[in-house]
Parts: sequence; structure tokens; C-alpha cells
Amino acid sequence: MNALTDIAVGGRTLFSGNEAVARAVWESGAALATAYPGTPSTEILETLARYPDIRAQWSVNEKVALEVAIGASLAGARAFCAMKHVGLNVAADALMSQALAGCHGGLVIAVADDVGLSSSQNEQDSRHWGRFAHLPILEPAEAQDAHDQTLAAFELSEQVGCPVILRLTTRVCHVKTLVTVGERQAPPARGFIRDSRRWVMLPSNAKAMLPRQDERDATLTALSEDSELTTLLDGIDRSLGIVASGPAALSAREALPDTPVLKLGQTFPVPVERIRAFSRTVDALLVVEETEPLIEQELRAAGLSVHGKDVLPKHGELSVAVLRRAVAAWRGDADSVGAAPAPAGPDPSVFPRPPTMCAGCPHLSPFYCLSKLRRSTLIAGDIGCYTLGAGHPWQAMDTCTCMGASMTMAQGLAAARSGEDATKAVVSVIGDSTFLHMGMQGLLDLVYNRANVTVLILDNRTVAMTGGQEHPGTGFDIHGAEAPRVDFLALVKAMGVKPDRVHSVDPYKLPELFQLIRAETQVPEVSVIITDQPCVLTDRHQPRPALKVVEEDCTGCGGCINTGCPAIQVTRRETTTTKSGKTKELAFARIDSAFCTGCNACVETCAPNAIVPLDPSAHPRLERV
Amino acid sequence: MTESPAATVTNVLLCGIGGQGVLTAAELLAQAAVAAGHDAKKTEVAGMAQRGGVVTSHLRFGPRVLAPAIPDGEADLLLGFEAAEALRWIGQLRRTGKAVVNGLRVKPPVVHQGLFDYPEDPIGMIRAVGVEVRVVEAWDIADSLGNHRLMNTVMLGAVSDLLPLSADDLRERVVAVFRARKPALADLNARAFDAGRAAVTAAPEPVAAG
Repeated sequence: MNALTDIAVGGRTLFSGNEAVARAVWESGAALATAYPGTPSTEILETLARYPDIRAQWSVNEKVALEVAIGASLAGARAFCAMKHVGLNVAADALMSQALAGCHGGLVIAVADDVGLSSSQNEQDSRHWGRFAHLPILEPAEAQDAHDQTLAAFELSEQVGCPVILRLTTRVCHVKTLVTVGERQAPPARGFIRDSRRWVMLPSNAKAMLPRQDERDATLTALSEDSELTTLLDGIDRSLGIVASGPAALSAREALPDTPVLKLGQTFPVPVERIRAFSRTVDALLVVEETEPLIEQELRAAGLSVHGKDVLPKHGELSVAVLRRAVAAWRGDADSVGAAPAPAGPDPSVFPRPPTMCAGCPHLSPFYCLSKLRRSTLIAGDIGCYTLGAGHPWQAMDTCTCMGASMTMAQGLAAARSGEDATKAVVSVIGDSTFLHMGMQGLLDLVYNRANVTVLILDNRTVAMTGGQEHPGTGFDIHGAEAPRVDFLALVKAMGVKPDRVHSVDPYKLPELFQLIRAETQVPEVSVIITDQPCVLTDRHQPRPALKVVEEDCTGCGGCINTGCPAIQVTRRETTTTKSGKTKELAFARIDSAFCTGCNACVETCAPNAIVPLDPSAHPRLERV
Repeated sequence: MTESPAATVTNVLLCGIGGQGVLTAAELLAQAAVAAGHDAKKTEVAGMAQRGGVVTSHLRFGPRVLAPAIPDGEADLLLGFEAAEALRWIGQLRRTGKAVVNGLRVKPPVVHQGLFDYPEDPIGMIRAVGVEVRVVEAWDIADSLGNHRLMNTVMLGAVSDLLPLSADDLRERVVAVFRARKPALADLNARAFDAGRAAVTAAPEPVAAG
């Protein structure tokens, strides 16, 4: 019995966009699905792993995920891969060349753009990749569309012989709504076609494919003009017509219920003639798209008079309130602007509540140590929960750009630092999964080029930021079954890091970790320090009995507060004057036993040794008491 | 041709802190709305918000829901899992909207580090803008039942009589979910739901806007 496959065909069920895509991939008869976790796309593969009859697997990165899917497509099967927007940048090498060769079995690439940057380093519009690679783009507005368009994408891919990009956004991926589902189709058996002129991208072969790509572009344009995925939501007010894609189409409909909306399904190639015909039925045309003016510019190039980003914001979500106000302001309709509720947003007078590391997080002590070495180090960070080390109270990160860049950027910093930075140690901080994703090459390059960088690999045995997924360093696969586990110590030594410069350390033993980091940053070659404690949000973490602060012993030194552990709270503040006449702020602390995991990392930060077990008999690890 | 479905849509904004069970509560409310025959959309921003940060979940239900997020200023009901978080989002309520707020105060590390102040009386500040607010001490109730993870069920009980949905059906749904997954917790969740429902009924009438 499987709760997912037991849903009655034709029945309606509450699915997120991600769950709807997963369902449709399964219904399509696809044989294989791959992904690297990334918000907001992660749940697509997590859900697919719960369906039978399809091979779902985590890949080490998006380029690998896409290439595995391409191989399955060439073998004749339907194949699928999912990634967040920046993942497609990683996969772009495979994308650009395979786009020219095309595919065999249907190949669908779901790419999820983080419009509004809820959990990403940029807000790129991945629809550029479709234009760059000559590949069609489908854009669902909600979960039912996501389901239906995923199935249509497989059909289109096989009809035209090229991969199809399914462009999702956060407000599709993470919106649950009712979806009508279908049944799984019999997987088509095509087999591999042995044809080196088609699949071996030698210059001579690739050159011959260029005219065929031109023909394919023309076919895709004709299909887009007639696509059933594009629908008209009619309206009586013909003073304006809206051309819209993605969830913004629904927001436009709600904001301007009397205005006709041409809701595009296939958005590249842009169905220019269909939009031209629509434009003749209205007085003016407004393009509503997230985030870049791609459709708008192509319509303008085709000679249509359109509005778009001259009226609407160029970034962020085009919500109902944003659309109402922008259109009212554009029309010069002061009453309407006044009547529209002011964008309420969060109350700015309330303190910020940024995401924090968890109580007992094994990343707390590395950043506590780095914060103490702050003046003598440059710290290149990477993508993961530990990017929070840039924030309070540690402020122990100088750079973070993309997956794996901690080591490579550290190398450049080390090579070119000058002035007062010339004597500083360069440290790079990267997590286990990010290291395997795109960090290994960076370490190899550090060793090969004889760099002087201290590398901290924070191994918490999971992809933590996206909710705790498995990877080749955890020893388990996407189904939770045992899998081969990489040996990080052996791996970094095999890359050429000297064995004496490779260390594994328990991050909860804070003094040991601090000594190690300080010692290695003074050695002028590549060092690797691997911290080894599991993420506290995973089942691998074993909490220990809680600690407490002995109130009468607390001197208000604030040492424990500086670990950044959210279980440690300030009970009162005082200002005192030291013997030298300086005023000093004191912060007296308590530990919330409901959150404390008993990790002990704060114990050594306490000057008066006031942190002790809540129940001394239950805490044998703490020798001081 | 003109449809105006927005007027018949109920908008519930849930807000709190990552790890409080806000998303689970929203999921159960969405299922209850669908079971009652409504179209529904539920959306939240996950990702970094899971790490003790601000969490909001938007639930909209009615004959046909278009946009996924509640338009600014159009929430009918605000369910606040923490006092200052309720204050943060109170501007999203309609003038006629109501708030059910957990009296729990959770200071984030940036407040403990002395960088920002936690408001003296967030619930008083909500009342001061004229919002009808009912306070439920969900943490204390959950604690008295022996498990603070029951807090979100207490909150669901507290809001259950203010929704255009059957409170008894919602209760049955909550209990059924636990009966299926963690049978030992089914009765405890039923008690938590009832305690939340009773607590909000017993709450004093809101002070009129001054």
C-alpha cells in the first residue's frame, strides 16, 4: 500500500506544486529522476522517492544530476531532473551542448526560481537559459498547472526531440492547492540509438546540428502559438489586456478581475502572433512576468506596443497588492491608489528575528573560535546553514558567493592580499555536502598551487539547510537505505593534503578545536580540519542532559552569550566600572533547559565556571562538577 | 463574465517562529477547509525561516482561490503563535479582522545579545491599533498537559470557533492525524484542542479601541 499511488485517478488532493510535479513525473512513466537539494525545489525528489517503479536519487550536484538524466533519455527512457535556479548555472555546461544534440526519451528539467529570495543568494530569472539553449519553457501558475504541464513537457520533449524546461517559482513550489491526478502510463520502450554523429559532439557533428536547431526553433514557435497550455481568462473591461505567466497571472486576475488576462503556459518561444491578435481586442497591453522583462522585450522587438517593467517592479513577487498599486499609479488614478490598501508588510518597529543556528548546533563552536581569531584572519564562507556565521554574534565570514567558492576564493585572497591583510591567515569554511557538491576541485586546486589556506570542513552528516537530505558522505541514500560512504579524511589526503595537516575534531570540545584552528592558521600550507558531529535536527543527533547557569556564580561576563546558542538567554544587564575606570556592560545569563542539548560547548566560555549540569547525576561527561 | 471570488474567500494568516508547528497547524486547517468542500491555497516561505526565524503561513479558502498569498491588509483572522510575531504582522489584518494570539514571548538571540529590544507589551500594542484580540497562554496549557509540542494543537482549538468551518470537524481531523501517526498522542491532542477552545472562550472581551 502506498498513500501516494492509492489516490483515486480523477480524484482531487491537496498537493504543493512540488508534489504535483512529482506525481506527474511518476504518471509520465519516467524511469529515472535526479536532483541535488535546493530551496524551493527540494520536495520534488523527496516526494518522487516515495513512488514505486521509478529510480529517484540524489546526485552530488546539478551538473551530475542533469548528465545522469541525459544518459537515461539517450537510453530511450523518460527522465527528469530538478534543481533550484542557481543549480542550472552549475548544470549549464551539459545543458548548452545537449540542447544542440537533443534527446531521445522525453527529458524534462524542472528549475525553481526563488522569486523574492527567501533562501537564495540571487534572484536570477532562469528563463534566460531557455533562450540561451534554444529550449522551450513551460511556466505553471499553480499546482494543477504544474502537474498538467509536466506531462505536456514530456510529450513536447519527445515530439520535438529536445529537453524541455519547466520553470517553477517559490509561489508554485510551496503553494498547496487541489490537484486532479491521473494514472501512471506504461513506460515507452525505445532503446538506445547507436549513432555517433548524433551523440558525439565533435565539431563536425555539432556543426551539422546547427541548421536542424534552426528548424526546431521554428517548430517550437509554431507549437507555442497553438499551445493548449495558454488560456484566455476573459473580462469585460477592454481598456487593458494583460499577458501574464506563472503565479503572477492569478494575482493579476485577482487584482483586476474585469481585465482580460492571456495566461501563457508555454512562454518560450513567445507566441507573438497569438498575443498580437489578443492586443487587437484591448486598448493597451501590460505584460506581467516575474522577474525580468523577457516576454515584454520580445513583444516590443516584434513591433507590439506593450507596457511591463515601466509600470511594474523589476524584482520581487508581483503580488495582488503590488499589482493593484502599480496599475492604479500608472493610470493616474489617485482615488484608486488611495482605496487600495497600503502595502502593510511587517511592522518595522518590531525587532528583526533572523534565522539562527540551533541550540547545540555543531557549527556554533567553530564560529565562536573564528570570532576570537577575527582580527588575524580573512574568512571565505560557503553555502549552507553555516553561512549564518556571517551574522551576530560571530560576524566571522568575509565572503560567500556560490557552492564551493570558499576554497577557491580563499586561494585568490591568499595570493593577492596586501597591506594590513598581508599577515592575516586565510580560512575557508565549507559544509560536508557543499564540499562534495563543488568543493573538492577547489581543495585540489589549493594543494596543486601550494596555497596557504586553512580549510574547515564542518561535517554534520546531512544537507542541513534544505531540511536534512542524504548525500554520499552520510552513508545513506534518498530512501534511507545504506549506501557507500565517502571517507573525508582519506579523500583529502588522496588529494595531496599532507597527513600531518589533516585533523578530525569533535566541535563540542571547544578548547581543543580552538587550539587546532589557531595552530593550523600559523602553518604556511594547506590544512584541513574536519569537525564531526551530526546536525541536531537529524535522528543521528543524541541529545545529552541539559545544563544550567548557577545564578549566584554568574558574573555577567557574557562569554556564553557569544557562542550564539539560542538556548542561552540574558536575565538582566548591568553596567559596572572596572579598576581602570572603564565602564563595562554585564549580561547575566540562564540556559533554557527546554532547548539545551547538553553539548557542553558553552562550558569553557564561562569565566567563573558557573555552567553545570541541571541534574549532576545525569551528566557524567562533565568532569568539573 | 466578471467574477469576484475574492470577496467570498476567507484569509487566515498564521505567524510564529520556525519550529513552533505553524506550518503543521496551517496544513491541518487547509485539510479541514478542503474537507468542507472549499477550494483552498496554502503557502509559506520555508527554507531559512526554519532556523528560528520568522515563519508565516497563508491559508485562503472559498469557492475559488486565485492568488496564493493573502493580499496586504486582507487577512480575516490572524493566528499568532508568539506575541511579538503577532504584532509584526498585525498590519495584514482587515479593519474587521480578529486576532488570536499566544501570550508566549520568545526573545531571539539578537535581543539577548543586546542589539534590539523586545516590546514591553506587544499584545497591548495590538489592542491599541483597535484590533479585536484574544489571548491564549498556549505554552502554559501545553506545559500543563506535559508536552510543549502540543502548543499548536492548543492554538488550533483556540481559533476553532472563529472560523467558518465546523470546530468539531477540525478537532476530529487533528485527533485522526495523531491516531494514524502517533496513537499515544491522540487523546492528549484532543485535550489540548479542548483546552485551547475553552481558554479563548474564557478570555476577557477585548478593550474597545480608544
